[in-house]
Amino acid sequence: MRKEVWIPCLLIAVSVLFVGVMLVLPLVVVLTEAFSSGLNAFLRAVTDPYTIKAMRLTLTATVAAVLINTLFGLTAAWAVTRFSFRGKGILSTLIDIPFAVSPVIAGLVFILIFGRISPLHPFLDALDIKIVFAEPGIILATVFVTFPFVARELIPMLEARGTDEEQAAALMGAGFVTIFRRVTFPHIRWALLYSVILCAARAIGEFGAVSVVSGHLRGKTNTLPLHVEILYSEYQFTAAFAVSAILAAAAVLILTARNIVEHLAHKEDDFNVR
Amino acid sequence: MKRHSAKRIIPGFGISLGLTTSFVSMIVLIPMLFLAVQSTDAGWSGFRQALSDPRILAGYEVSFLCSFAAAGVNCVFGLILAWVLTRYRFPGRRLIDGLIELPFALPTAVAGIALTALYSDKGWIGSAFAAMGIKIAYTRAGIIIAMTFITLPFIVRTIQPVLEQLDGAYEEAGRMLGASRGRIFRKIILPELTPAVLTGFGLAFARALGEYGSVVFIAGNMPFKTEIAPLLIMSKLEQFSYDESAAIALVMLVVSFTVMFGINCVQSGAASFSKG
Repeated sequence: MRKEVWIPCLLIAVSVLFVGVMLVLPLVVVLTEAFSSGLNAFLRAVTDPYTIKAMRLTLTATVAAVLINTLFGLTAAWAVTRFSFRGKGILSTLIDIPFAVSPVIAGLVFILIFGRISPLHPFLDALDIKIVFAEPGIILATVFVTFPFVARELIPMLEARGTDEEQAAALMGAGFVTIFRRVTFPHIRWALLYSVILCAARAIGEFGAVSVVSGHLRGKTNTLPLHVEILYSEYQFTAAFAVSAILAAAAVLILTARNIVEHLAHKEDDFNVR
Repeated sequence: MKRHSAKRIIPGFGISLGLTTSFVSMIVLIPMLFLAVQSTDAGWSGFRQALSDPRILAGYEVSFLCSFAAAGVNCVFGLILAWVLTRYRFPGRRLIDGLIELPFALPTAVAGIALTALYSDKGWIGSAFAAMGIKIAYTRAGIIIAMTFITLPFIVRTIQPVLEQLDGAYEEAGRMLGASRGRIFRKIILPELTPAVLTGFGLAFARALGEYGSVVFIAGNMPFKTEIAPLLIMSKLEQFSYDESAAIALVMLVVSFTVMFGINCVQSGAASFSKG
């Protein structure tokens, strides 16, 4: 009987300790370091014009990534799960590729396409279009890295539901918009919201890919995570941790939102089953 | 053919497939082809050079060993965490469950500098180890810790759903027949979990291999010792040797695609096993 109790206790203790050391301590360190030189130093770092500029670029890239990948995720999920066609397997694999590619390699690829050595470079130069080492490159890299997020969440969901309801609706004469809005969307709205949250989180925090294409031009191609790196390498530790604290706060907010959405989706599922 | 046309009662086939293929071509297919062309452009000699340079080989070694170790650490703790989160009810369980995804949500650069602050000689944890003469930050141990942090959710989240759906009847039968707890776990639960563990391990390994942001801060980036392969791509790029960085990238891509392919095999194998 005593053995029955100590195994769960031991396992719970190990889990709590592991999560505490691996996940909670880093968050605590960010906060203590950010405020280690007082509130004023924190505010100064956060309201620095370069920080504000970096924040704006991060927001732009995130919004672009979320919009493009939501549109893509919806069309991809519709095409892959509602119809059968030749080459479906290849298409699904291609969608997943960005998951398997290191962010640094993703950045490298865009340098190869649009950079100095690319065959496209003379054209871009003549038209005075800057992609790499400029904002479009940052946005492209962010879109690439978060590309599968929405599609990957929706495809298994729609696959599991089957196509009966949509077929019935189509046979009764409903058009595409009606079917999507009245039949499909109600089933996927939580999954969609959930995946958009994850996509945004990844887009805000992307570092490797963005770092490669940015060229590290301060005040021009700096996102918040890159700004953290620059401050850190200049030994402005308090400022680096202050900017990190904003990002950490965003991460905690995103996690909370994610958990709320999951909870709501579960509640609705239970309701539907009854 | 009849089945095909029957399926296409639902509208929107042309436009959704058209949009999807153009998105995929623009964002994934064409870029990947560019990389393949570029890395083979220099011919086999350039490729062989990228594969025989001792510094690059050392970079692969560091990346592979540390990713393997991190995925291994997470296998052990991921299994324990998934078990505790599905089987036991205790105060704070939902908080821990919600925290598991923190490494996905926290920007990797933030994780990198936070872990460095924590594990350096003056950090809260690092100073305790430094007193024992063990250095963590700026050694391979530091790289493993950063990779463990970043891949922590993968194994927990692949095992958890399997554990939740596990039929308790078999365990009960085992218990009735007098099997010990250890034996029930080894003979009944573990075989069910193996595909999920392997999948999680593969995902974690692939992610750790490509990870850059969280690792560069804590690694110290000493050539031959703590220089990871993604960093080598980065520094070759900064020296404008595009061919070399593309060749390193292609080798890493081949490895990650192999891992992904392996995961698919494990999953389809498990699916056909449970069906038949």
